[in-house]
Amino acid sequence: MDADDNVYDALAAADHDGRWAHGAGFDESVVEVTAPAPDGVDTEDLAAYCLMLADDALVGSQRLSEWATHAPELEEEVALANIALDLLGQARVLLARAGHLGAAERFRVAGRASEATGDGRAHDDEDVLAYFRDDRFFRNVTLAEIDLGDFAQTMAWMLVFSSWRLGLMTRLRGSADPVLAAVATKAVPELAYQREYAAGWVLRLGDGTELSHVRMQAGLDAVWPFVEEIFGAHAVETRLVEAGVAVDPAALRADVDADLEQVLPVATLTRPERPAVGLVGGRGGRDGVHTEALGPVLAVMQSLARAHPEATW
Amino acid sequence: MTVSDETTRLATASTPDGAPTPERGPEEVFEATVAAEGRIEPRDWMPEGYRKTLVRQIAQHAHSEIIGMQPEGNWILRAPSLRRKAILLAKVQDEAGHGLYLYSATETLGVDRTELTEKLIDSRQKYSSIFNYPTLTFADIGVIGWLVDGAAICNQVPLCRSSYGPYARAMVRICKEESFHQRQGFELLMTLMAGTDAQRAMVQDAVDRWWWPSLMMFGPADGDSPNTQQSMAWRIKRHTNDELRQRFVDMTVPQAAALGVTLPDPALAWNDERQAHDFGEIDWAEFTAVVKGAGPCNAQRIAHRRAAHENGQWVRDAASAYAAKHADRSEEPAA
Amino acid sequence: MSTTPDATWPLYEVFVRGKRGLNHVHVGSLHAPDDRMALHNARNLYTRRNEGVSIWVVRADAITASSPDEKDPFFAPAGDKVYRHPTFYSIPDDVPHL
Repeated sequence: MDADDNVYDALAAADHDGRWAHGAGFDESVVEVTAPAPDGVDTEDLAAYCLMLADDALVGSQRLSEWATHAPELEEEVALANIALDLLGQARVLLARAGHLGAAERFRVAGRASEATGDGRAHDDEDVLAYFRDDRFFRNVTLAEIDLGDFAQTMAWMLVFSSWRLGLMTRLRGSADPVLAAVATKAVPELAYQREYAAGWVLRLGDGTELSHVRMQAGLDAVWPFVEEIFGAHAVETRLVEAGVAVDPAALRADVDADLEQVLPVATLTRPERPAVGLVGGRGGRDGVHTEALGPVLAVMQSLARAHPEATW
Repeated sequence: MTVSDETTRLATASTPDGAPTPERGPEEVFEATVAAEGRIEPRDWMPEGYRKTLVRQIAQHAHSEIIGMQPEGNWILRAPSLRRKAILLAKVQDEAGHGLYLYSATETLGVDRTELTEKLIDSRQKYSSIFNYPTLTFADIGVIGWLVDGAAICNQVPLCRSSYGPYARAMVRICKEESFHQRQGFELLMTLMAGTDAQRAMVQDAVDRWWWPSLMMFGPADGDSPNTQQSMAWRIKRHTNDELRQRFVDMTVPQAAALGVTLPDPALAWNDERQAHDFGEIDWAEFTAVVKGAGPCNAQRIAHRRAAHENGQWVRDAASAYAAKHADRSEEPAA
Repeated sequence: MSTTPDATWPLYEVFVRGKRGLNHVHVGSLHAPDDRMALHNARNLYTRRNEGVSIWVVRADAITASSPDEKDPFFAPAGDKVYRHPTFYSIPDDVPHL
């Protein structure tokens, strides 16, 4: 066998995941999550806020991953997977931060302690929080969990979600919490890419064929009732805004409106006039009161991990 | 680009004297180029059979990448840790990328991807029979990386020296990425083997189910592989099916020992005389059945791919319509 | 809507400059409905979204190529495209291979 045949050498030699074609590394910690909470900031509040931002990304990523092998074109397979991977990456570091601040302890099931088994990955906080937390303890906005429908609805969803999260992360770069600031700095270009991707498709579908126009408008209409919630501030957010740690969701309305005003008319779409879905006793996703959609999403995601609670993977 | 020196060498190796002259007709130039380990490039003259063989082989390979996304995609939503989920998502994404590289190589032969996709979903072109088996547990993800990607690497590494330039270049890139796929599979299996009894049983069960189909990936025995000789003469293929299969078995046996799994073949034994492993007879009836469409998942895989393609038609049409409307505008679409 | 969409997205050739100081090099092709999407797809597919690299995309049908032999037109294919002209081949399907 000559030298050309020795790709197997790479199995032994190369060991950094960055050489995957489209993904980044999978183990690298882009951000050091162990910094203490800033002075005067309530640790539990900060952990809850990290969970909120993590769950938005985690559940959104899980939803987007449903497109894998179903995308309308192979190029879109690649793009959608990139976006899902970006969101998953954001979720992982935020979950680790929440875990470091004590969130994992609250959800750890007895007998499933996170004793590292040597490689340090066993029952990481991120997995305890992702896999062993019930849906009532997920803090994502309900927009993140809704069914994404067809490709048009997915692009409507992504335009709103990425515009909102980009505004959030852009501001969060100045957070008093250095970890959140670092997460946000990395997330901003990822979300800018998502927004551009979604806006491009909203334009093409809105101003494409008659059929695509109808579907694009319908997709936007379907997503719309879940948009109002993302601008509402939970008590945790309000307290952390005071402390200079969090972003006031109300401030993001202008960002999203500006993006929609730029895209929708060119895409020949109409801004929907649909009422927001009602909350349950004033409580929504940030309080752990979700739509019926979240339970099945998590049931699928958590099924294998929960079937083997003592196992590491 | 991460083009290594080796890649550059492969990509630029071409006949020093590739031009036909009044004394040398194009066929002679072709034969001489191939014989001299040169590369045939898209606009060079080539025999019709050479081109047909290439189109068939590259298309089947591309289809295999795309269909191969499905058995692994089956576990993305249920991956039991976020790290495994990220790896699997990236791997399935890589496979879409590999399919695109390969379809891109067929375009250089004048064959459109749409045409090939139509042939795939009409079952008029084939893909690797291995992807007609189901992924039943998460250990299957590890075994696919270890055995299936391992077998694919054995098949594909020699293709980096295929005589057709665009194919060889695509394969250089694909092989680099595949080696990471195999590594993650092996690492997953090592983790499972170090885990619970249930996990170890899961691995052995997966090995039991995937071992023989993996050996079938190398195709029929040499005596039943009518195209091999011509493909080797054209240097599209570099080794016979049985040579590659033997190489795979010899590589895999020590890896299985390192993992602590048993390969399900009582006849498997080291042959000191041959300096190679003997192994049992493949169930060729099963192989033929799967190739002919009667595998566990043939219908499901094609239906899935057809649905994705057909359900995406309106999206692709919309993008084309939008582009046509805006083609006369010099500025980019506002976004 | 008066336009009739093409059956397929056009083919683009992709050229990438891996780092400063190097030329753009042809890396492959892809399909996209328009230039902007072609750049998007090229970045995803061929550069792992590395922001530092420079990408060119150009429609394959906009490239004029030399023939393999400039010296002797007798043997030169009549094409002036990068690739062979699309023609349809019926490929035997009964080969249990790969």
